[in-house]
Amino acid sequence: MAEFKEISPDASAGEKLLNWVDNRFPASKLYKEHLSEYYAPKNFNFWYFFGSLALLVLVIQIVTGIFLVMHYKPDANLAFGSVEYIMRDVPWGWLIRYMHSTGASAFFIVVYMHMYRGLIYGSYRKPRELVWVFGCAIFLCLMAEAFMGYLLPWGQMSYWGAQVIVNLFAAVPFVGPDLALLIRGDYVVGDATLNRFFSFHVIAVPLVLLGLVVAHIIALHEVGSNNPDGVEIKGPNAPKDANGHPLDGVPFHPYYTVHDILGVSGFLLVFSAVIFFAPEFGGYFLEYNNFIPADPLKTPLHIAPVWYFTPFYSMLRAITSEMMYVLIACVLAGAYFGAAKTNLPKVIKAGVVGAAVFVSLLMLSIDAKFWGVVVMGGAVVILFFLPWLDNCAVKSIRYRPDWHKYMYGVFVVNFIVLAYLGVQPPSAIGERVSQVGTLFYFGFFLLMPMWSQMGATKPVPDRVTFTPH
Amino acid sequence: MKKIILSLALALGVVAGAQASGDTIAWDKAPNKTNDLGALQNGAKIFVNHCLNCHSAAFMRYNRLKDIGLTEQQIKDNLLFTTEKVGDTMKANIDPKQAKEWFGATPPDLTVIARSRAGHGGTGADYLYTYMRTFYRDEAKATGWNNLVFPNVGMPHVLWELQGERRPIYDTHEEHGHQVQTFKGWEQIKPGKMTALEYDQAMGDLVGYLQWMAEPAQNTRVRIGVWVLLFLVGFMFIAWRLNASFWKDIK
Repeated sequence: MAEFKEISPDASAGEKLLNWVDNRFPASKLYKEHLSEYYAPKNFNFWYFFGSLALLVLVIQIVTGIFLVMHYKPDANLAFGSVEYIMRDVPWGWLIRYMHSTGASAFFIVVYMHMYRGLIYGSYRKPRELVWVFGCAIFLCLMAEAFMGYLLPWGQMSYWGAQVIVNLFAAVPFVGPDLALLIRGDYVVGDATLNRFFSFHVIAVPLVLLGLVVAHIIALHEVGSNNPDGVEIKGPNAPKDANGHPLDGVPFHPYYTVHDILGVSGFLLVFSAVIFFAPEFGGYFLEYNNFIPADPLKTPLHIAPVWYFTPFYSMLRAITSEMMYVLIACVLAGAYFGAAKTNLPKVIKAGVVGAAVFVSLLMLSIDAKFWGVVVMGGAVVILFFLPWLDNCAVKSIRYRPDWHKYMYGVFVVNFIVLAYLGVQPPSAIGERVSQVGTLFYFGFFLLMPMWSQMGATKPVPDRVTFTPH
Repeated sequence: MKKIILSLALALGVVAGAQASGDTIAWDKAPNKTNDLGALQNGAKIFVNHCLNCHSAAFMRYNRLKDIGLTEQQIKDNLLFTTEKVGDTMKANIDPKQAKEWFGATPPDLTVIARSRAGHGGTGADYLYTYMRTFYRDEAKATGWNNLVFPNVGMPHVLWELQGERRPIYDTHEEHGHQVQTFKGWEQIKPGKMTALEYDQAMGDLVGYLQWMAEPAQNTRVRIGVWVLLFLVGFMFIAWRLNASFWKDIK
């Protein structure tokens, strides 16, 4: 137990109260560790706004969600009407609902930017692997949260989007149909599905999400923030002042709190512009079809998920039976490389070749749609492994070989192209492009151990680069 | 299982997303009348007198019409049946089961129809404005009517008395070796109570009303949005200066 602190009887009432609390709960200690004495590098740039913005959007989603649940009815016969009730009869209900629906899209924009920042500045590298892994878990949770939340308005897109995605699970060999049944709670998406998705959306997933956010921040504050230079400001050799604080760091509060308020004002400006002037955002944030109540007997002509899922949806659609031969060739080529070009023990080489042949046989015997699901899931799961795939000598893009920048540039363009194709109805050309895009996406990560080592890196400075404002 | 296969096929892109209704004529641009109270009131009148017989607007309450300048007494006197209360939602007079028998489908609820019909061709209002003005006589159909933007539509031309009867004129020409028909214009077969211009205006009012009803808060939203953005610009300025005053010490 910590030492019990006595305070002067002349102290003010506020000081006495704080002392009373501090003797029982580490209020001042937490405040110091995470805000006033948490030193963050002083060279943060634009990209570092998105972490705090993600937290802001999370709060917006939770608070607006609480108010929506007060009026929403998770019942297949009432759900659509209750949303319209919120939009019309609940005072300011339209604002709350638009904040929530726009917030969902904003969440993904902010999180994609946040992840991109981590990617280019090597924020996932040792010792920040767990920060990244927790972050990826948050992203996965967010996808589950968004997917299940999208069913709740019970419009045509809600219904058929859920129908298509849940049916994907039916493609799993042996257990698939039962698995899909377990998720739906019925043979088609129906009232049972709506109720369980509601439950997951408002309580189960948010609980996990909040826990992961806490873990993400605790892990971050344990190892300290990275920065655009990828220079450690708290390392044993980093310059420190007389009190042992890093010279290249500033206390999070007040420096980054005021800085983040500036970021918040910019974000709110854009966010409000969407809410008040274009809440449907041209059919991307609120799809037009979703203003038609769910009808199990009428399949819409074109079912597409909401924009933030479309890169992954494109990869799913890219896996046709034709594409399977390409993937098998990739697996066998990988096995050949492992067997012929490395110095691994013979037993392992044999194992690699055996496994590759086995996987190829599976790929030939199981339907392509199952592998599509595997690819879609793999596209998210592969992010978890990023810290162990990157072998570059330096962290930040700033000091990597120039061609790495093009590599990341192509990665971003590829991701956007996949997102675009996922919105479009299927087409022959789109299919080819998405297949190339899928190969690039996976090649980017799976070949990273090799390509990240190539080329000459630039010298990393000892101190962060910072120009006073 | 069939449904599972079907939706998977859709998901995997085996079935090409043919846009059956996409091959119809281009949509006309609907006039924006959501701020014109006179037009909205006229639209509401047409809506209640003609549409509400078969279609509901089950999420729209009569007393919401106060937002477009009607008093509660006016709503009661002109738009309500004696049995209804002013706080009720707009329910169709027809029995949905009978309607299904007569038209082959239950007439859709119209509360948010203007939002749901938006697409690549334009806004939902554009679609409805075009739809209401492109009915034509087609004896091959059970109802005797057909429509250019919604081929084989189940709804007969309810407003034929106002518009009269019309017939589309096609121009036939050859394109890539196929006979192609392009829509040229209309021929009035029987005159209606309204001239073509009056009818277009009435439909503009009706569509304006439908557009307003789909989101009654839409103009409030924009009005408030302007103030919110002005506030945020001021807030951003203060945040910017606050940030600068803190960071000026950091060298």
